[in-house]
This record gives sequence, C-alpha cells and structure tokens, in this order.
Amino acid sequence: MTATSTTVAPSRLRPGDVLRVGSLGLRTRKLRTALSALGITIGIAAMVGVLGLSESSRAQLLNQLDSLGTNLLVITAGTGIGGSTASGTAASSSPAIPSEAPGMVRRIGPVESLASTIPVSGNVYRNPYVSSGDTGGLSVVAATDNLVTVLNGSMTDGRFLDDALGAYPNTVLGSVAAQRLGINHVDGTQRVWLAGQWFTVVGIMDHFPLAEDIDRSAVIGTTAASTYLGTDVTSPSTMYVRTNEQKLDDVRTVLPATVNPGSPDRVSVSRPSDALAAKAAAQTAFTALFLGLGAVALLVGGIGIANVMVIAVIERRNEIGLRRALGATRAHIRRQFLTEALLLAALGGVGGVLFGALATAVYGSVQQWPIVVPLSAVVGGIVAALLIGAIAGLYPAMRAARLAPTEALRSA
Amino acid sequence: MTLLAPPRDTVATGGGSEQDAVLRLADVMKVYPGSPPVVALDGIDLTVQRGELAAIVGPSGSGKSTLLHVIGTLDRPSSGRVIIDGHDVSGMSDKGLSAVRSRLIGFVFQQFFLLNGMSAVENVATGLLYTGASPADRHAAATTALERVGLGHRLDHRPNELSGGERQRVAIARALVHRPSIVLADEPTGNLDSRSGEAIMALLRELHAEGSTILIITHDRDLAAALPRRISFLDGRIESDVLAGPSVAVDGNGHRDGDGHR
Repeated sequence: MTATSTTVAPSRLRPGDVLRVGSLGLRTRKLRTALSALGITIGIAAMVGVLGLSESSRAQLLNQLDSLGTNLLVITAGTGIGGSTASGTAASSSPAIPSEAPGMVRRIGPVESLASTIPVSGNVYRNPYVSSGDTGGLSVVAATDNLVTVLNGSMTDGRFLDDALGAYPNTVLGSVAAQRLGINHVDGTQRVWLAGQWFTVVGIMDHFPLAEDIDRSAVIGTTAASTYLGTDVTSPSTMYVRTNEQKLDDVRTVLPATVNPGSPDRVSVSRPSDALAAKAAAQTAFTALFLGLGAVALLVGGIGIANVMVIAVIERRNEIGLRRALGATRAHIRRQFLTEALLLAALGGVGGVLFGALATAVYGSVQQWPIVVPLSAVVGGIVAALLIGAIAGLYPAMRAARLAPTEALRSA
Repeated sequence: MTLLAPPRDTVATGGGSEQDAVLRLADVMKVYPGSPPVVALDGIDLTVQRGELAAIVGPSGSGKSTLLHVIGTLDRPSSGRVIIDGHDVSGMSDKGLSAVRSRLIGFVFQQFFLLNGMSAVENVATGLLYTGASPADRHAAATTALERVGLGHRLDHRPNELSGGERQRVAIARALVHRPSIVLADEPTGNLDSRSGEAIMALLRELHAEGSTILIITHDRDLAAALPRRISFLDGRIESDVLAGPSVAVDGNGHRDGDGHR
C-alpha cells in the first residue's frame, strides 16, 4: 500500500442491500410495522372495495341488460299535447292505439316481434269474500300469447297461456301478484276470483326488469277476456316491440305516426333499458363519495407512517451514528429510511388490495354478482400507497440524513 | 520534548519514515462557538505509525472524545490538518469522509452499538456493507473475523444472547472486517467487568501483534499503562507522549522522560 494514493474508493451501497437495510427496522419491530401499515391497508381496502363493488354491480346490470336486450321499445297511450281538450272531442272516442296499429307496426321492416296487452276492467282477489277494496294494487290485463317471449322473461312455475289455455278462464300471475295472492307454486288447483269469476292459475312469471307493471298483473288470454268478461280486445293499451338493434332509432322515430297517423302525439314510445343504463351510471356518484372517504383513510394512514418514521429516527439515532461511522453517506441514510417508509406503505397497499378484493368477492358472491376487481383499482391502490409512503417518509429520512454523526453516536 | 510535527508543505507525499505514518494531525484546533468559546482541541500535533498500539488517556472533559471524533472524521477540526493513511481529509466532502470511514477506519465503541435485529455474523458483515462488497464476500469475511476474535461458535447468536465481553468481541470483529488502516477504540472496556475487560485488552494486544494499528481512548491510567505508547491529554492539549516497552506494565501514573519520547 502506498501513502501517496490520492483518492479513496467511494462508499457504496448495493441496490439489493438498500432493500435489506430498509426492511431491517420493519423485520425487527413486527407489531409496530403491522399497526402502522394498517392505516394504509384500511384506506386502500376501502378504495379497492368500493371500486370493485361498483364495477361488479355495474357488470351485473350490464349482464342483465344484455340478457334482457336493449332493443325493446314500449308503446303506450300518452296524454298527448291536447290531452285536456281531447277528452271532450272526437279524439276521446277513438283509442290512442287503434286496432289496426299492431298490424301496421309489424310491417315496419326492422321490427322483429310484437306483443300487446289490453286492460281488463275488474280486479283479482283470493276469493269472493275479500272486500272489493282490497285490490292489493293488482290489475288484470289480457295479453297476446307471445308476451313472455318478447320480454325475454321466464316462468318460475307452470306455463304461459297459449291458444288453448287462453281461450278459457285461466290466468298467469306476475311475480308480485302471485306473492300478494299467496300463491307460490302451481299445481292446477289454485283459483283466484278475477273480475267476478273463478280463474285457474296455470303459471307464475319471473320478475320482468323491463316491464315491472306486468309483475303486478294477473294475465289472461285475449279470447277469454272477450268471451267471459266481454272486454273489447281490439285496441291494445301497450305494445312491446323488439327491433333490429341498429335500426332502433329509426323505428323509434316512425313508430308514433305508424301507430296513430291521425294524432301521433297521443302515442308515447319509451325504451325501458334506458332506465337500467341510467341506474348503472348513477352508481358512479356514490362511488365518488366512498372513494373520497377512502382517500381520507389513506391520508390518515400516511400521517401514521410519517409519525412512526419520525419516532423511528429518534429511537434509532445510535444506529444512524453507527452506520455513518461504518461509512454510510447522508444519501445512504436517507435512502434507508425512505425505503423503510416505502416498504411500510407498500405492505399496507398490498394488504389493502387483498382485503378490498376479498370484500368485493364476498359481497359480490352473496349478491350473486359477477366479481370484477378493476386492474386500475389494483394498480392505482398500490401506486397511491407508494406515493403516500414517499411523501410520509421524505421528512423523517431527511432528518435522519442531516443528523451529525457525533450527535447520533452520543448515548441517550 | 516537542512532538514531531509534519512539515506543512509535504503532507501526504513525504518520504522516509513519514511513509509509514497512518495518522498525522498538524496543529489541529477545535473550538465550539459560545461565550466564551470552548477550546476542545488546542493545537494538536500527533503522528501514529503503522502497527502502533497507543492509548490516548485523559480525564473526562479533557477533549479526548473530540479528538477521537476528529481522527475518525466524524467531526471536522476548526483548523489544522488531519491526514489518514496519506489522505488529507481536512477539505473533504461528507461523501469523501464517508469513503474514508468505510475503508480506512474501524470503530470500537464503549456501548458496542450492535444491531439487535441481526445475528453476530450479520453485525460483523455490516462493517463491509458500505464498501459495496457482495453479500457472499461480506459473510465470508465476517465469519473469518469472528473466528479470529474467538467467536466462531457464536456466529448466529443475536447480540442479546451474548455476554458483554462477547458483544465487544463482535464489535471488534466488525471494526476489523474491512482491514482498516487504523482501529479507533473508544473506552472499549468501559461497559465491561474487569475480567471481560482484561480479555478484550488481551485481544487488542494480540491483534496489534499481528500488525493492526490500534488507538485506544480511555480515562483509565492503569489500562493505558499496559500499552506501548501513552499519550496523556489534558484541557485540549497533549500533556505527555511516552513510548515504553510492553514490559513496563505497572507504571500507572509516572510519565518517564528519556527513553520513549517522540
């Protein structure tokens, strides 16, 4: 060795050693590590959980939309522009949806299928002894035999009316109607007192998300309605139309004039899937609120980490002094404590993502939703945790680095 | 007698006997500001040759801790020059000083300063951490160093599973593991019972016999008396600098002139 060498090889800390040194404090104080990471865990879990749950419920709604189809249009008799004057004039005598309307609508090219319902006067009761006021909010309608098919619905029990069943006093109940009438299965013996006659229950329909008024109805065949109840079944009150999805807007435009060329303003056309789509969109408002709450939890977690790191720097003064005596530069000390804060936050972040995903999975499977944990929430959660860790660790790390070696080595 | 002060203009590159100087202080002052200012080091000139075992002895408050910090580059002198193994550290940046500490100086502290979360061998390996050596090399060197101080059977013990004497052995191994030019031991026996303390001193003498340069800072005159060179310190000045044969072990308080002056 010569005494004339002019420079000493600089101190060096390998990247792998930075991690090892940065995790030392966490490994030696496990309980404190767990508790201080918990704040971040809660914040990230809240955010990931909220995003996961809202995505899952959206996916559920979209699945529902997919299975129900967004190509359904509902035509009802609207009040029209001159609603009040119409009552006294000739307009009131002619129905808003004339009897020839179904045929006209079917002739529109993109229309794939059409079902219609006709209101029947009278109510439905369990038996003749029920007071006539206790209607249970249920109504009676006559429907074409393709109603369930057009609505993409299904039966929970029994079967829907066909030509034969619809010609006799048989009825199919909507899901709410069945519940209110106390009928939960179909064995061919249950009867209901419908518009002053006994009707046999032959089926119960499942919930129709796109036509909830059907849920509260007892449906009978058009033939039976005219034969037994004397209802005029020529002009429907509601028509359900399936069209080619691409041509939907065009169909929607021409429908009112097709249905009632004389006064198209008395016809209203709606697209019930719009309501579900709006529901999916409305949830983002709640999501934003809960994300805000998660961010507050995250902030509190970050402050917790800063606090723990400040304490660690004070407690580990001697360690800092020792490391400086062993050749650590200020940058090495700063890096050590910054790494420690980052690891702490990353630990909390990963834990939070796991807990958030778990919460989504548990709640989603209870609700029978498809389970969706958005990748953006996972990545965003961990990035947010690291960012918080970096900010929280910066000041304590700088403090540790600024500590003079002689002061650090002084025994407390 | 005056001490051998290095000529100002030939610092670090001098020939002859200066080639072997591991440590040279030239007119080192350390003044802490205040009213009145405290002069902790008052013009220290000191040379330590390679392979020496020397004690800096003095009562508490004499400035010997400040001297240790200045020699160890943990603190900067107010004026004067400090040359370690040929490197003038006076004007070095924090980075440069860290480099000097990581490669040229080994520290042994009264409080050991072992890290509790690590085994003995990991603690010793920390002595090489900031040289950038690979983990495998560090572990191998640490094992050798621990075997050298007689703790080959305690490699994986934690500091809290070791006795005080064993802990100080671990600390000594850590100070030696990177083969420093000089080892600075600050009251190495201060926290030990007398038997462990004697064993530690015996170990330091052995290491010296094997060629290590060791500077021991102590307030214990009996301990210092057993060492080949004693530098007495009082009120920030060197009071006496005595060189004696290692056989002169009993001379506790007399500073004999004549044979040992430098």
